Amino acid sequence: MTRGTRDPVWVRITLITVTVVFFLSFLVLPLVLVFAEALAKGFDVFLAAWADPGALSAVGLTLLTAAIVVPLNAAFGIAAAWAITKFAFRGKSFLISLLDLPFAVSPVIAGLVFVLLVGSRTPFGEWLGTFGIKIVFSTPGIILATLFVTFPFVARELIPLMQAQGREEEEAALTLGARGWQLFWRVTLPNIKWGLLYGMVLCNARAIGEFGAVSVVSGHIRGKTNTIPLHIEILYSSYEITASFAVATILVFLALVTIVLKAWLETRFDRQEQGGGHEH
Amino acid sequence: MRKTILPGFGLSMGYTVVYLSAVVLIPLATLLIQPLNLGWDRFLKEVTSPRAVASYEVSLGTALAAAGVNAVLGLIASWVLVRYPFPGRKIFDALVDFPFALPTAVAGVCFATLYSPVGWLGKPLTDAGITVVNTTTGITIALIFVGFPFVVRTMQPILVDLEKELEEAAQSLGANRWQTFQKVIFPAVLPSLLTGFTLAFSRGLGEYGSVIFIAGNLPFKTEIAPLTIMAKLDQFNYAGAAAVALTLLIFSFLMLLVLNLLQTWAQRDSR
Repeated sequence: MTRGTRDPVWVRITLITVTVVFFLSFLVLPLVLVFAEALAKGFDVFLAAWADPGALSAVGLTLLTAAIVVPLNAAFGIAAAWAITKFAFRGKSFLISLLDLPFAVSPVIAGLVFVLLVGSRTPFGEWLGTFGIKIVFSTPGIILATLFVTFPFVARELIPLMQAQGREEEEAALTLGARGWQLFWRVTLPNIKWGLLYGMVLCNARAIGEFGAVSVVSGHIRGKTNTIPLHIEILYSSYEITASFAVATILVFLALVTIVLKAWLETRFDRQEQGGGHEH
Repeated sequence: MRKTILPGFGLSMGYTVVYLSAVVLIPLATLLIQPLNLGWDRFLKEVTSPRAVASYEVSLGTALAAAGVNAVLGLIASWVLVRYPFPGRKIFDALVDFPFALPTAVAGVCFATLYSPVGWLGKPLTDAGITVVNTTTGITIALIFVGFPFVVRTMQPILVDLEKELEEAAQSLGANRWQTFQKVIFPAVLPSLLTGFTLAFSRGLGEYGSVIFIAGNLPFKTEIAPLTIMAKLDQFNYAGAAAVALTLLIFSFLMLLVLNLLQTWAQRDSR
């Protein structure tokens, strides 16, 4: 670094101090607090929070939701990116802005729209009810709301990536005799695998942690329609603080795994060069 | 774009449109047609009810304050992360994403506990006469946490690309470091700073999970708009919930518009 672009020492020290103090108080302290509170009453109490059937069923529902939502949104992301980056058509930029819509919507609204659409008090919900199908205050509602809030993650990673890669490779493979899905499995997928995985990691993190949207549609039925974040809320509101933080440790652990994976995947493909979008 | 021989347009486009409609567009449209369902008078009455108006004010005020703090802190932090080599920089850089990755409910219970009158930070603050829980300060603190990554992740690539030659030129023309910052660096990063600000603001407007635990949720005082929606839903007042939701949605769409304008500005500047 040459002299002309160097800040005075006191400026450097001040800015580094501000940054470090902010990181410690806003990012590191909450992290430490979760583990301190979770273990405040000893390891036995920590384990007891996990042995609770409510906690176990919340873990089950969260895993089920993520296992359905992530593949569906990944398949959609691939289809949308293929249509948008490999072909020319009118209204493309409008379609791209529609894909980002869920990020602009409050999670509470994301849940509310499904209550208004298929809740038991709506005509459509009543009609479904005659067949014994219940969506809101039940597992399908949680899955729908989670699909909505995590909808853009994979598509918005793949579109800039596939745009930058162009379509020469696929066209060359086609002239060499590759057909249909062969083209996808042999040429496209290997090219986009890191970007795809990146989008799926972010999608998964949000699917596991979503609170507002799921809170609206779940009905909070303990042991039935509770995800891990909802279970934490219930424990906290009923003053079972230690148990609440004990359950929260798993989400903190998953969040740390997510940021490590994210940082690692960023070294696998140069995301900024591809003009990847803003994260949410 | 020239015509291509690649297959799969019909399938991929059809799937995209059907899935987008089913998961996003049709559900959102049910909210948009609520005023027709209710009738305008009833709808406007719900939108402008004193409790709803107070909640917009709390949401807008705290989201604006948090985005402002984040703009300053985000600029400083991204400058430090890009320009100053210091031990542990990589770890700090990865930690920026922690608020993205941490479920909002966990952030919410953490901040409520940290700042409670007996909490690690709340106790010294209470001794100094500052209350954080059940105040708009508490809401702002939670929103600073969730909005922080937006500013840093928007600024970082711009600062990396910033040409040092320009700063050197300014220096050789006699500008001191502060003048160089004011006249050269700041104008170059302003569009992305505003983009980061708007992203953080728009996230703050709709945020729910990290706020409700620390806010106390007192109507007219610390009730954010998303919580008003929730409260109306709990009373089975679907019309009222939809009215407040639609108002909040309009604010969010305005932010999207601002973002698009900022993007156009940034692109024009970089040419």
